[in-house]
Amino acid sequence: MGGLIKSSIARKVAMALSGLFLVFFLLQHFSINFTSVFSPDIFNEISHFMGTNPIVQFALQPVLIFAVIFHFVMGFVLELQNNKARAVKYAKYNGGANASWVSRNMIYSGLVVLAFLGLHFYDFWVPEIVYKYVEVNPEIPTRYYEELVHKFESPIRTGLYVLSFVFLALHLWHGFASSFQSVGFNNKYAAGATKFAKAFAIVIPVGFVVIAIVHHFNH
Amino acid sequence: MNLTLKIWRQKDAQSKGKIVDYPISGVEGDMSFLEMLDVLNEELIGKGEEPVVFDHDCREGICGACSLQINGEPHGPDRLVTTCQLHMRKFNDGDTIYIEPFRAKAFPVIKDLMIDRSSFDRIQQAGGFISVNTSGNTIDANAIPIRKEDADEAMDAATCIGCGACVAACKNASAMLFTSAKVSQFSLLPQGQVEATERVMAMVNQMDEEGFGNCTNTGACEIECPKGISLENIARMNREYLKASLKG
Amino acid sequence: MSILDSKIPEGPLADKWTKHKNTINLVNPANKRNIDVIVVGTGLAGGSAAATLAELGYNVKTFCYQDSPRRAHSIAAQGGINASKNYQGDGDSDYRLFYDTVKGGDYRSREANVYRLAEVSGNIIDQCVAQGVPFAREYGGLLDNRSFGGVLVSRTFYAKGQTGQQLLLGAYSAMNRQINRGKIEAFNRHEMLDLVKIDGKARGIIARNLVTGEIERHSAHAVVLATGGYGNVFFLSTNAMGSNVMAAWRAHRRGAFFANPCYTQIHPTCIPVSGDHQSKLTLMSESLRNDGRIWVPKRIEDAEAIRAGKLKPTQLSEEERDYYLERRYPAFGNLVPRDVASRAAKERCDAGFGVNKTGEAVYLDFAAAIQRYGQEKALTSGIHNPSKEEITKLGEEVIEAKYGNLFQMYEKIVDENPYKTPMMIYPAVHYTMGGLWVDYNLQTTVPGCYAAGEANFSDHGANRLGASALMQGLADGYFVLPYTIGDYLSHDIRTGKIPTDTPEFDQAEKDVKERIEKLMSGSGQNSVDYYHKKLGKIMWNKCGMSRNEKELKEAIDEIAALREDFWKNVKVPGAADSMNPELEKAGRVADFLELGELFAKDALDRNESCGGHFREESVEQSGEQKGEALRDDENFKYVAAWEYKGEPKDAVLHKEDLVFENIELKTRSYK
Repeated sequence: MGGLIKSSIARKVAMALSGLFLVFFLLQHFSINFTSVFSPDIFNEISHFMGTNPIVQFALQPVLIFAVIFHFVMGFVLELQNNKARAVKYAKYNGGANASWVSRNMIYSGLVVLAFLGLHFYDFWVPEIVYKYVEVNPEIPTRYYEELVHKFESPIRTGLYVLSFVFLALHLWHGFASSFQSVGFNNKYAAGATKFAKAFAIVIPVGFVVIAIVHHFNH
Repeated sequence: MNLTLKIWRQKDAQSKGKIVDYPISGVEGDMSFLEMLDVLNEELIGKGEEPVVFDHDCREGICGACSLQINGEPHGPDRLVTTCQLHMRKFNDGDTIYIEPFRAKAFPVIKDLMIDRSSFDRIQQAGGFISVNTSGNTIDANAIPIRKEDADEAMDAATCIGCGACVAACKNASAMLFTSAKVSQFSLLPQGQVEATERVMAMVNQMDEEGFGNCTNTGACEIECPKGISLENIARMNREYLKASLKG
Repeated sequence: MSILDSKIPEGPLADKWTKHKNTINLVNPANKRNIDVIVVGTGLAGGSAAATLAELGYNVKTFCYQDSPRRAHSIAAQGGINASKNYQGDGDSDYRLFYDTVKGGDYRSREANVYRLAEVSGNIIDQCVAQGVPFAREYGGLLDNRSFGGVLVSRTFYAKGQTGQQLLLGAYSAMNRQINRGKIEAFNRHEMLDLVKIDGKARGIIARNLVTGEIERHSAHAVVLATGGYGNVFFLSTNAMGSNVMAAWRAHRRGAFFANPCYTQIHPTCIPVSGDHQSKLTLMSESLRNDGRIWVPKRIEDAEAIRAGKLKPTQLSEEERDYYLERRYPAFGNLVPRDVASRAAKERCDAGFGVNKTGEAVYLDFAAAIQRYGQEKALTSGIHNPSKEEITKLGEEVIEAKYGNLFQMYEKIVDENPYKTPMMIYPAVHYTMGGLWVDYNLQTTVPGCYAAGEANFSDHGANRLGASALMQGLADGYFVLPYTIGDYLSHDIRTGKIPTDTPEFDQAEKDVKERIEKLMSGSGQNSVDYYHKKLGKIMWNKCGMSRNEKELKEAIDEIAALREDFWKNVKVPGAADSMNPELEKAGRVADFLELGELFAKDALDRNESCGGHFREESVEQSGEQKGEALRDDENFKYVAAWEYKGEPKDAVLHKEDLVFENIELKTRSYK
């Protein structure tokens, strides 16, 4: 990993690639969750597969965790370095004149998403790990849907989820499109790719919001 | 018009500086921003005070010497101009104008608004050249045809004046636009291919060593660049760098 | 017999340079490592010379007052660089380039130097392309050319409107490569304050570190001055704010003769002065005159109404306009050479026909060109019966494609839309053909002190053609000086390092320090700019576009008096031992105050009109050319080289007779 973060460009590419991986993860996570809106059975089936398949559990899951940790640790490292690059700040800085708020405040949208991840892990991942590997309960392939619906009972939690998805949208709005630039993808297809990324940044979080709200009111 | 200037004054690199207020009257719209500062300096000299020191030379927007963060933006609120070509008609009577040096760890202040941009020179020295001696018998200039589009694009990148506005505008004080402009110019020309790998590695290395920040693609540099250097150059440099890393 | 030996090699013109290169002494590579060369100024000439000398193996130290060599004022050249490549197959050759340059210079340059310039011009283009300079190209991938004023072929290579910038960045990159190799040590933000001579030879300089104020000694086996021109003696010029004559003038005071100081080029298409606050003038490329028509109102009342803001130029009909260049010079019209166009503008404005509030501007009108191009475009794009609006729109698009960046620059500065209302222009000081006298080897009259680029006098005679300044700077730096200097340095292979603790260095440093102290101890009445502006006014009014005996004599006295007042009453705030731009300016203006006087003296002495130098006493008295400049070859076919003898008025004139063996002297006619 030393070589990966040696130069500024390498760091930036690493940030982009881990981000892209997370975007991909987000897409599959969303696709699975979205089945819960129309078919509890399909949702249970896929969740059962994901929760018990050894490749998912012991190969993909660690990679994902690594990517998450890498992405936010690197985010902090970059933020600290970038702060150091301008030791004396401007008395007046008109950042809005030349760059969007989102692009200048990735650290904050990122931190909200990180806080959300904490909540999310506490809600789903930790109980799941405890259920499976600590208490070693027998697998019930139909338990997933109910656990999901149960979590969205509380309006506060649902509200927090919705708020987090808004910040996720902001983070993706700049992050996804910008990752193309970081890996050097800037040709005649770049404009289209950027549009796709921007659409993704809205559609996926809105989709998650819909899921949360549907289950909240379905209850 | 009458203005209030809030100008960064700093005795030398070692001293701490501060913002000092200067009221100024009789400013005309036809004056350039630097001519307005000339007027202020004449007043200060008349009063026996030290004039405000700032970098400037050609005053026609090409040498890249002038800088200044004006109301929080490099080269002020107008687009595609340097401070020397920014005219006072862009301001209104009664305005308060903050005038600060371009800020970056790699651009230490020398005095008042004057900064040391030798870090840019060192980036160029690391690899911003094609190794060809002056012999008088290099091949004929027309021996290698170059696509017009490539030549034009190389020219667009080469118009960088090295003023540092990209660094000043960037929230991370990154020098990627500056460095990538030179890397792009040479990577678009056949003459530059031979040393492409070494060049991009050496220049990026030097850029990092100078203490510039990382690029986070905010795009502020492109907006503020007085010569309109495109972000595409940064993408191209990223590509060149990845290629070079894989090679060697 | 003159004491000036131009050292022009014997033999036919076309063989001189080759023969010379074959016979001069060389320094072997191992010995070059033991030889130091100082290069002052890092523009096209200095930057290219430094890079090439370092490539050859010499140890080079460069000095520039800017914070980086990349900012030298060569960067501001827009139009292009000439070379006799004949890529267009239009009959160009070394001889033609040579001929055009000598003729354009009004037969006041040295044949052998100019021929060499033409001879190496092609190499410059090859070299620059190899360095990665992105010259404009055609769709076939080959280099594009444009044509420039005063010539009949297309030989100008260009990189958009920023040719000077690209060539300078090429030289800068060549320098960077040598800095990277440790062969060049660059002293930026340093200013040369004196030349140090030991046993009659230039052996070093005294420089001031502009950041710390420290006075430093630097020794070398030879010193190259490539410090540009002295146009800023006029205060307002297209030169950079920092451009100055100090290095050349200090060398002059140490024994280098100053040649033809009165030869100044005044460029016709600059943006007019807008007020007293103005600090510098902005040039717009001469190419505008290809499509713009120059005029002033016919009636003086109309001019007055326009100045008072009561009348708009677009309200005047064709009959009410005076297209004075087309009227006076039907053959060349708006494309007469720079000096002719400038003088004609001044003549109209002096007569009261100026069109801006200062009364010093004429119109450059694109309306006719817009209509002409619009109709052409409508025709070629198959639009039948186009409306007037359509034609105007199409025409404006064509003009934008050709001159868009210049129009945009004009609009930023003047705040008027030049597509809708005529541009205003006025001549401005742009380039100085005069400079340090050098022989064929570019050596001044001080052994070991060389001058290159605009700082020397050698190639442009009394008037420089467009796109030739870049050519000369790079020719000197890349292809001439690095070889000729070897001949001199070959005698220094056993000299060893020049020590800086000698009495000569002591004395020079003492002189410099005393001078600074004197500048800092003025009584404090007036700022440096106050004097500079006053000097500029005298120069512009009495030594400007047209000169006469009475006013030149007045100028000499006025400048001398101003200089005296300056040394008594100038006010330099701050301290000498720290960053102090006012002190820098004061030193430069002090030298301008001496040069200005010599300038006037030279102009007074040269009682003929040639190129940029126009004497009202020397005009055609009759015939078709009545009132036009009259050159006097019988009495003034020489280079005026001035030797320093204390006060400028005491300077002694040495004449180098110009011999024309390959060109017949003719009168320039543009009627």
